[in-house]
Amino acid sequence: MPWETVIGLETHVELATQTKIFCSCTTAFGGEPNTHCCPVCTGMPGTLPVVNEKVLEFAVKAGLALNGEITRRCKFDRKNYFYPDLPKAYQISQLYLPIVRNGKVPIRTESGGEKVIRIHELHMEEDAGKLVHDPWIDQTRCDYNRCGVPLIEIVTEPDFRSAEEVIAYLEKLRSTLQYLGVSDCKMQEGSLRCDVNLSVRPAGSQDLGTRTEMKNLNSFKAIARSIAYESRRQIEALEEGKRVLQETRRWDENKDATFAMRSKENAQDYRYFPDPDIPPLELTEEYLDRLRAQIPEMAEKKAVRYQTQWGLPAYDAQMLTGEKALAGFFEETVNLGAPPKQASNWIMGEVLRRLSADGLEAGEMALTPGTLARIIALVQEGKINRNTAVKVFDAVFAGDGDVDAYIREHGLEQVSDAGLVGQVVEQVLAANFKSVEDYLGGKEKAFGFLVGQVMRELKGQASPQVVNQTLRERLEEKKSM
Amino acid sequence: MELWELTALELGGLIQKGEVSPVEAARAALDRLAGEQPRNNAFVTTLEEEQVLARAKAVEAVLGRGEALSPLAGVPMALKDNICTRGIRTSCASKILGDFAPPYNATLAERLQAAGGVLLGKLNMDEFAMGSTSETSWYGPTRNPWDLERAPGGSSGGAAAAVAAGECWYAIGSDTGGSIRQPASYCGVTGMKPTYGTVSRYGLIAYASSLDQMGPLARSAADCAAVLDLVMGRDRRDSTSLDVPVGGLLTSLAGDIRGLRIGLPADCFGEGLDGEVRAAVLAAAQVLRDRGAVVEECVLPIMNYVVPTYYIIASAEASSNLSRFDGVKYGWRAEGYEDLTDLYEKTRTEGFGAEVKRRILLGTFVLSTGYYDAYYKKALQVKAVIKEAYDAAFQQYDLLLTPVSPTTAPRLGESLKDPLKMYLSDIYTVPLNLAGLPGLSMPCGFDGQGLPIGAQLIGPALGEAKVLAAAHAFQLETDYHRQSSAGKEAC
Amino acid sequence: MKITEEMVDYVSTLSRLKLPQEEKTRMAGELEQILAFMDVLNVLDTSEVEPMSHVFPVKNVLRPDAVEPSADRAELLKNAPVPDLEAFLAPKTVE
Repeated sequence: MPWETVIGLETHVELATQTKIFCSCTTAFGGEPNTHCCPVCTGMPGTLPVVNEKVLEFAVKAGLALNGEITRRCKFDRKNYFYPDLPKAYQISQLYLPIVRNGKVPIRTESGGEKVIRIHELHMEEDAGKLVHDPWIDQTRCDYNRCGVPLIEIVTEPDFRSAEEVIAYLEKLRSTLQYLGVSDCKMQEGSLRCDVNLSVRPAGSQDLGTRTEMKNLNSFKAIARSIAYESRRQIEALEEGKRVLQETRRWDENKDATFAMRSKENAQDYRYFPDPDIPPLELTEEYLDRLRAQIPEMAEKKAVRYQTQWGLPAYDAQMLTGEKALAGFFEETVNLGAPPKQASNWIMGEVLRRLSADGLEAGEMALTPGTLARIIALVQEGKINRNTAVKVFDAVFAGDGDVDAYIREHGLEQVSDAGLVGQVVEQVLAANFKSVEDYLGGKEKAFGFLVGQVMRELKGQASPQVVNQTLRERLEEKKSM
Repeated sequence: MELWELTALELGGLIQKGEVSPVEAARAALDRLAGEQPRNNAFVTTLEEEQVLARAKAVEAVLGRGEALSPLAGVPMALKDNICTRGIRTSCASKILGDFAPPYNATLAERLQAAGGVLLGKLNMDEFAMGSTSETSWYGPTRNPWDLERAPGGSSGGAAAAVAAGECWYAIGSDTGGSIRQPASYCGVTGMKPTYGTVSRYGLIAYASSLDQMGPLARSAADCAAVLDLVMGRDRRDSTSLDVPVGGLLTSLAGDIRGLRIGLPADCFGEGLDGEVRAAVLAAAQVLRDRGAVVEECVLPIMNYVVPTYYIIASAEASSNLSRFDGVKYGWRAEGYEDLTDLYEKTRTEGFGAEVKRRILLGTFVLSTGYYDAYYKKALQVKAVIKEAYDAAFQQYDLLLTPVSPTTAPRLGESLKDPLKMYLSDIYTVPLNLAGLPGLSMPCGFDGQGLPIGAQLIGPALGEAKVLAAAHAFQLETDYHRQSSAGKEAC
Repeated sequence: MKITEEMVDYVSTLSRLKLPQEEKTRMAGELEQILAFMDVLNVLDTSEVEPMSHVFPVKNVLRPDAVEPSADRAELLKNAPVPDLEAFLAPKTVE
């Protein structure tokens, strides 16, 4: 019997604010345990939350970019449960009136078609602390540095049917949120985290099967593999006549399998209620308009513009716009005068090669657009040739070195002085009498050899055009003599 | 007259004039406290003598430089033990907080300090402010200075008793359902709960966040006005604090209430009200009438609903607010636990008293799956109905006058036997918390056993000035507020 | 509504309280009595009434996204029942 896999996602995204959602402690990653904390985020009695205006702004921008409906009057609710990573024993979140509902995210499917993933809701909430087991004392150490870091949770409808669709959605989501500047979406640092809800059903059925929720998915690869594993596991269970249990399962990267987490000892009844410490948020049309106006051009629109405005091939345009940082780098290079096609070729070729070799993200690159633009300009002006340019690029890439200084110090400037080239040509012709004879006798191959000799004498820095032209002229003179 | 018999403003005036120094005032308070504390147990923490005197000297130095600070500069005072004081034990009179000494001050504590307040210590209360008698304290009950076999009321019983016994000139209590007004009434002092949001709750350990509000207990309405002038006002650390102009309450007190319209809700004078209390409150109405106020009977058709609504909302919020007390971050931790859940359960079961546990369970129940709509949501809807009833009443009246409590102070141990009966005795005070309104309790007589009776003046939102004006006018006309328990003993 | 001991067990578990048997029985009775008293609210038809969680129309209270210094760690940790220089300590939580 053919089976269909049905998947929904809950994605937590850490917002790129300077401070926490309800207090003014820094959100900086790392730091000694409990040093980015205050009485508010450690849940001391008598303290009160005050909402960070940037969190609201970022959540609304995300909602607008995901084509959602913004809730004009929204509230925060308390989600109550006991765990040491949650010092107040409640998480301030949104249940009854989330900031965004009914979003739509179009994705490209494998077959090249378009599919719309529906967003059920997007809400704001606070992150929990970090618990680390200390084997020396056999106790858990609670570090509240992450406690209160702002998150948005984006919940989709069960609209995915394959891992590929899930990855396409997540890439789209990541690109969108990065373009908005609301999150850096780094999975390694946990600023984009994803829980996968998955069930299977006989193909053609309209009913949803019993779902499991998978956690601990730290990379796109883990997501794809866990989906493959879990749908196979469920199908096998059902085909053997067993039941699928509704449970939370943990993905184990090393074992390449999911495992049921110990079922919580107690019932999950979060007793949500409106947080009396936080007055409601009422968003005006003017506020939304102001944020709408701040939403930048997104990847897809940009890619179209690169093709129409600058004549880039579709593939190049898509590659360049895939990441906000790369697109920004490209546009800045063009703004500094580099011909778009040249800039695109350099980025698609040399820049991506070095990023990959150095294991860097585009956003982490030291090289500035100005430096690349200068290299391109020097090639165009004939000051250096293409091979030299690549050498220079590699030399300055890691530290954004001074291109002109490097060329000067290493004597790499291209020789275009016809007088100098003429002298060297004379020397070469005199020293290679045999080859001159061959050429004059009709052996065109000898010309190439002579060009090589001239270039060698000039240490490769001569302009190939000038060498060719000068040599051809002198040989023609000899022919007519 | 002894210093302790003065009102806070009278003492403050002598200090301003240099006739009494802050250090002399502090010494007088410490002496009085040393004598009274063993009798009434009003304090759970008293500061060391050196600490108090050092603070008094510091204020003296500032005043010596000619800085005014406030009309209450140098006047010794005390705070209820649910108000955070940096480095000073703040226990909510609960075992579970242990020796918790907050690394921060409540905004109110900071404001009083800036105004030259001299802190004597922290006042006893019902555990986590849940109770009407101050008997549920982990540190033992406070006793009523008017009759040591009786309760001082609660939950700010320590505050009311301390002021009544002359241990401090003013005290700050908190009021979630009457916890300033009812003990003020039982102890014969004046106490006021201002409009919700006018005094920052930052640093007040929450019982029910949407209802909690701090306010003064003192000898007179004028003292209350002076304290409120110091502590009211927007605080960026409390999102629910109101951004409205405040201050000037003291200077606005003129005693002229001619033409003030005062409603007497018939629904607050019916069944369950003690006859002597009823007579005393109606007599107070007559005093106000005699000074030119227009007093007439009116309706407030929501009184049947206020107690259930209050207990649903307060318990629900409390169940969440008190979840953080788990033996991990601060306070007391039980011993002999096996794992995390066992630690939580042992610490909370042994650390909380019976009344707190009852309200946590009730609050958890009304928020749990299947019951939220029937209880919690319903209570939030009725709250809107209750507020509407008050809004309607204030269309017609400037103020309302009611009893504070159906009876005078009960004997110790009498109330705790029947929780529901105890809850019902909060009927006249809880609706103000639900509607966010200001209310003041003022002494208006004594019952046959010589126990004080209080009358409650209720104003519209931000109507503090009107409430205080009427109370001040009443106190110009009467001397119930100047009578002391010590005087009674002497008789 | 009848409040059973199972219901008391359920809310006790949720609120991390563990009542001894006699207390449980008493609590079931008290809760039942209190909840019965609360049923008086059902007399009111509130189907058209918006639940009121905030009594005054305060809204949009926000603060700027500007970092302020965090607290001194030693001060935050000094009230912990189990002393440690860096962290709050809890019994093992790992599954």
